[in-house]
Amino acid sequence: MQDLIVNNVSKSFNKGKVKALVDVSFSVEKGELFGIIGPDGAGKTTLFRILTTLLLADEGMATVNGSDVIIDYKAIRNNVGYMPGKFSLYQDLTVEENLVFFASIFNTTVEENYKLIEDIYVQLEPFKNRRAGKLSGGMKQKLALCCALIHRPAVLFLDEPTTGVDAVSRKEFWEMLKRLKKEGITILVSTPYMDEANLCERIALIQKGEILSIDTPNNITEQYPDKLLAVKSDNMSLLLKDLRKNENVKSAFSFGEYHHISFVDGFKNDPMQSDLFGANNHTNISMKPIAATVEDCFIHLMSKHEVNGN
Amino acid sequence: MEQLIIFIKKEFKHVFRDNKTLLMLFGLPIAQIILFGFALTNEIKNSKIVVCDYAQDISSIQITERIASSKNFEIKKTIFDKEQIEESFREGDVKLVVVFPANFHKDLNHFNTAQIQVIADASDPNTASTLTSYINNIVRGYQQELNMTSMGSIKIVPEIRMLYNPELKGSTNFVPGVMALVLLLVCVLMTSVSIVKEKEKGTMEILLVSPMNPFTVIIAKAVPYFFLSLVNLTLILLMSIYLLDMPMNGSMVLLYFVSSILILCALSLGLLISNVTETQESAMLITLMGMLLPVIMFSGFMFPLENMPVPLQVISNIVPSKWYYIIVKSIMIKGLGIMSIWKEVLILSLMTSGLLIVSLKNFNIRLQ
Repeated sequence: MQDLIVNNVSKSFNKGKVKALVDVSFSVEKGELFGIIGPDGAGKTTLFRILTTLLLADEGMATVNGSDVIIDYKAIRNNVGYMPGKFSLYQDLTVEENLVFFASIFNTTVEENYKLIEDIYVQLEPFKNRRAGKLSGGMKQKLALCCALIHRPAVLFLDEPTTGVDAVSRKEFWEMLKRLKKEGITILVSTPYMDEANLCERIALIQKGEILSIDTPNNITEQYPDKLLAVKSDNMSLLLKDLRKNENVKSAFSFGEYHHISFVDGFKNDPMQSDLFGANNHTNISMKPIAATVEDCFIHLMSKHEVNGN
Repeated sequence: MEQLIIFIKKEFKHVFRDNKTLLMLFGLPIAQIILFGFALTNEIKNSKIVVCDYAQDISSIQITERIASSKNFEIKKTIFDKEQIEESFREGDVKLVVVFPANFHKDLNHFNTAQIQVIADASDPNTASTLTSYINNIVRGYQQELNMTSMGSIKIVPEIRMLYNPELKGSTNFVPGVMALVLLLVCVLMTSVSIVKEKEKGTMEILLVSPMNPFTVIIAKAVPYFFLSLVNLTLILLMSIYLLDMPMNGSMVLLYFVSSILILCALSLGLLISNVTETQESAMLITLMGMLLPVIMFSGFMFPLENMPVPLQVISNIVPSKWYYIIVKSIMIKGLGIMSIWKEVLILSLMTSGLLIVSLKNFNIRLQ
């Protein structure tokens, strides 16, 4: 059964000047952990707001948990948990006060669903009398998650829950999501971090309001068509410039400590042996073939899409 | 119901944990009452004057003493030469000179009439006329005393009686106006800012995506500010009566009842403003611009409405504080009951219900 169905949804702002979503369609199975992956401004938040009945789509329709987002908006508001991208709890209330408040506006009590949030809340318990505004970024997100879960929602919407959170807390957060999935809660999560895509069961890559691809992370990376190399040297910025000048190089992008490069079709030479770097003498060059990551795929799909579009 | 109670508790916590809000809520009214009550009254205190005394007899000295003992005047010096009068004015801070001619006391005794010259610095005409009338009052008082004791028929200057305000006290005019201003301003500001804050901080998104009825949110916002405004009203009344000597001749219950209507009116206005603004700053700006000017201009406590061009007089009718000002003056100063002011109360109530309906209808159940 599908818990979330989105059909040809479009939305624009400023009287059609800014297209936030263009003909978006996808569906999410019950109990699935589904990721919406895309950079800032891709339309992720708009999509979340349409699905949580906060915005009306210009075109298309969507259902959440079997209810239409426009007609049955009240039913949806009863059954979903929503964690907006911005930290949206009361900063001047304490951890405990926030939790009690949100439990009561969802017509429940903290005790009733304590089991569901227990794992998360035990970490917050030592700070329960601290004001929410004084928590660290990771703790804030944990509290926000507790508040979104307190009424045991059928579908959980998490808009960029890990943005601005340190690496350790991010990892913990994703582990929590996996545990929640076991409870049978459908989770739709968005993130600009490509490395988090692999933690979802299925992902939709979104860019400028259009969905580029929907699949499991593995299938998406397997479909990457080109051979990929990771290169590094002592002068990385010069290296990137030189690589981009080379006519055999199709794309070169910086990925952390390496540059990822792919080659134009018909380039059959062994790249290890070819002269790729132009006249500049690069020292300490190291090169290795690698498997494509989601980010490589995203860049590939994006440039392909732009070529098609133009 | 339980939802509502916990929401209202939450609102009170917001207020009492934020020093800025507390300051705005209780500091602003106190500051305004003191400012308008003391600093900006028509009453003029401690004006420096000069007495030019050619007579130096018992009458002139007695009058001078009375002037000196009045809180309106401070005698800077006594001179004995007309040439020095202009010089005194040029020094700048002297507002008025009283001249007693030679033989002042003798004239009074022999001819039953005597002259006294009052020269005022009329570069500020309002001040000048006020100060002259103060001097007139003092001199008239002296005359009456003489008439009583000496059986003489010294000429009596026509009496000018100040209805309701014999001492020309300024606060009686200002206090009802300031009450309207403070209640409207504080209440509109608090409501609009507290709702817009939820929008700005993103908590409104969560509240909307919850089973909670949006109207519960509104009621929960309104209840705390309604009661805090009543506390505010009490504070203002206490200060007006005990600090500014404002009379309270009418029914306290009626006053609170009418004030409750004005507070409701302000809450609706605040809600209306929060519907159309996105940030706390713009909500504050709109409130200040939209409330302060009309209330000061069109309530009638700063500028008499009768002196305004007809179009402005017509506009003043849609300013709720104008009606509240009339009502409060009637209750506090004239001591009138509901039978005399039911028309104004009705107009205020109609305005309030109109605003309430419009603002509730415009309340957004979504983000746009």
